[in-house]
Amino acid sequence: MIQIARWKIFLILAVCFYGIAYSSPNLVSEKTHIYMQSLPSILPHKTVNLGLDLRGGAHLLYQVDMAKVFKDRADRFEADFSDFTKRNNLTTKSIAVIDKGVRIEAGSPEEASTLKAMIRKNDSRLIITTDSDDVTITVSMEGDFVTQVQDQIISQVIEVVRRRIDEMGTTEPIIQRQGDDRVVIQVPGASSEEVRELVGKTAKLGFHLVGAQGRKGFRDVTWPYADEPGRTLNVKKNAIIDGDMLENAQPSFNQAGQPVVSFRLDATGSRKFCDVTRKNVGKPFAIVLDEEVISAPRINEAICGGSGQISGGFDVKEAKNLALLLRAGALPANLEVVEERTVGPSLGADSVAAGKIASLIGLAFVLVFMLVVYGFFGLMANIALLVNISLILAILSSLQATLTLPGIAGIVLTVGMAVDANVLIFERIREELDGGRTAVSAIDAGYSRAMSTIVDSNLTTLIAAAILFTLGTGPIKGFAVTMGIGIITSFFSAIMVTRLLVVLWLKRAKPKTVPI
Amino acid sequence: MRGIRLIPNDSNVNFIGLRMAAFVISTMIVIASIFLIAQDGLNMGIDFTGGTVIEIRTPETPNLENMRTSLNALGLGAISIQEFGQADDLLIRLPEQKESEAEHAKRKQCIETHVGETEKCPTVNDKAISSVKKSLDDTFNGAEIDYRRIEFVGPQVGQELKLKGLYAIIFSLLGIMVYIWFRFEWQFGVAALIALAHDSIATVGLFAYTQMEFNLSTVAAILMIAGYSINDTVIVFDRIRENLRKFKKMPLDELFNFSVNQTLSRTIMTSLTTLLALVALYTFGGEVIRGFVYALIFGIAVGTYSSIFVASPILLMMNIKRGVLGTDSKDKSDQSADTAEAAS
Repeated sequence: MIQIARWKIFLILAVCFYGIAYSSPNLVSEKTHIYMQSLPSILPHKTVNLGLDLRGGAHLLYQVDMAKVFKDRADRFEADFSDFTKRNNLTTKSIAVIDKGVRIEAGSPEEASTLKAMIRKNDSRLIITTDSDDVTITVSMEGDFVTQVQDQIISQVIEVVRRRIDEMGTTEPIIQRQGDDRVVIQVPGASSEEVRELVGKTAKLGFHLVGAQGRKGFRDVTWPYADEPGRTLNVKKNAIIDGDMLENAQPSFNQAGQPVVSFRLDATGSRKFCDVTRKNVGKPFAIVLDEEVISAPRINEAICGGSGQISGGFDVKEAKNLALLLRAGALPANLEVVEERTVGPSLGADSVAAGKIASLIGLAFVLVFMLVVYGFFGLMANIALLVNISLILAILSSLQATLTLPGIAGIVLTVGMAVDANVLIFERIREELDGGRTAVSAIDAGYSRAMSTIVDSNLTTLIAAAILFTLGTGPIKGFAVTMGIGIITSFFSAIMVTRLLVVLWLKRAKPKTVPI
Repeated sequence: MRGIRLIPNDSNVNFIGLRMAAFVISTMIVIASIFLIAQDGLNMGIDFTGGTVIEIRTPETPNLENMRTSLNALGLGAISIQEFGQADDLLIRLPEQKESEAEHAKRKQCIETHVGETEKCPTVNDKAISSVKKSLDDTFNGAEIDYRRIEFVGPQVGQELKLKGLYAIIFSLLGIMVYIWFRFEWQFGVAALIALAHDSIATVGLFAYTQMEFNLSTVAAILMIAGYSINDTVIVFDRIRENLRKFKKMPLDELFNFSVNQTLSRTIMTSLTTLLALVALYTFGGEVIRGFVYALIFGIAVGTYSSIFVASPILLMMNIKRGVLGTDSKDKSDQSADTAEAAS
């Protein structure tokens, strides 16, 4: 005990240095921090990543409507199968959509086998069962098929959502799958309205020819104007151009200085648009967004360049949002919000301020208390405690783990508990001194005796933290993270750091009594 | 600089002798808690029940009575409004909105025609939130209201979170018990589990008594209380085990009492530092985590009590045999400590 190997001393000092260096970016002002970003990246520059509850932002949990997806698939199978029976002149009695599958009553056992062979060839993942009558077969989507479709739909949803959210230009949005059929979206600094608006709107764009007004034609539909309540327009139901043919859309300004959305069509779209406009010079056409008429300009001449503008009395923000929605494409399934948590910037800022004050005061309480109760040894424990806090911050910053408000509580709780290991050791030293040992021997025994107790007690707390981490969500997870990190760092700081300090003091002062 | 001793080193309180009184108190706490939980139930937060919570900062000091009247006239079920930390901070809670058959059919149809366009087909909850916002706008004549927090939890998610919370508590308690069993003997594990169950039930009982909101962070608090309490308990157990090996002749109850007294100073010290830090957090940490910290403070007090008055007496009752601990190869550090002692 009295000797600590040189490499150990070096290692302890290195860890302390790491803690102090890598926690330091959190202590400087915002301004200095921006400057630090320009320093070489090898220098510590990361700060703690604040959770949504501290920086403000939106957390949304969406449920993907998988039932509908599978219903649609079943419908498609039904259509395919009827098509097949017609083409091959099979005498199928009935084809019906059932839950996650299709039920076919074939004309004869032979036809049933033909159908089965076709279905198997088409998609080997489908499960086919035959009833005892040999003519009724049930095709069901199970196992691999279900998981693969789910995976595909979810990744498409995530892809579309990511594109839409990325366009907002916010930093570090999190878009993740959760469970089988859910997607969690976290956007710092945004309100849930903004996010929901982007996620839940598809912006279906269409260019339609205008039908006869007053008398609705056979293939016409009547749609309202977007910005003029009450006014409607009859347009041809089938669009000449739809959103799929859109290659790009950007907000810009027209010659009059009004915000507009400029778009470019792909090759097919350009050709078609050129064709139709040439044939319809002098007539109006309608630009329709989500079944609402944005505008109905007159075609002055054939438009063949493949690009154009949509003007509809937008303001700058509306033009920007529309362009963004047009670019991002459609969602492959319906989403429903099943959980939503938004924290406004004011609450976040208040929580950060309150958390800071509370932690500092809590820390001050503990520092003073330790000093009063253990004197000189308390001072050493306090140094270890400060090292401990810098280590927690350094690890949080390095791992870019998220610090939440309960996470701050976790740090404060750790501050209170971190001294525990030292208390154990110090109390043990006192006992050993009372038992009549010499200074050095008592300190030695104090450390070695308290060790197994410290390990046991910390490990049990760590178990609780680990379970909390795996089962917890959001802020609670943040609590488990800081608790877990805190337990490990306090173990290091309380045992290694104070031990080093005590050994150095023993060597230097060669004390006969222990001031504890 | 020499420290001071809060607990005299020769403290010799007869804790084990008080065990009958402690049993009565502990049993009463547990029974009262269970009774309260059964009688009054818990004021479950939206994490578990589903529903909506809106925290606003109003532009002027609000008239709560008027607001209650106008919000409850919306027909959205019982809406509660309470001050949250200061007069112009309000917490508005809406119950989970039930979707009628007709509304459901209508929304399904809307979804069919607008695939992927969720916002076109608002749910009953979405509608409820917008009508509350509209009513608030009317109350404050359109002056800007700061929506500090909006939380919505759907009924299904609420159910899932409830289960998750329950599993978390059960798994933690069992995990801790197994660890103690592995490190000590099964009797220690069972005694620790009983002490932990005591702390957990008492904390839940407190929430039933005060009717404070019981939510996910309360579950987290219970887990941490379990972690803390076991920490305390393990330290006493460790000392009991050490003394069982050291003093082969001492009667068990005397030995237990001696062990508790030996570790008393540490138990109290650590509880005090932790409580100091938590009191700072309770006072200055803001309204959002006050409930959480409150649970922690209570739990740490109960946990400290239980490791002295519940865990050790129960262990004593279980009639542990010294033999099982005599030469324990599982615990090397203690052995080496013993050898060190023999050498010195």
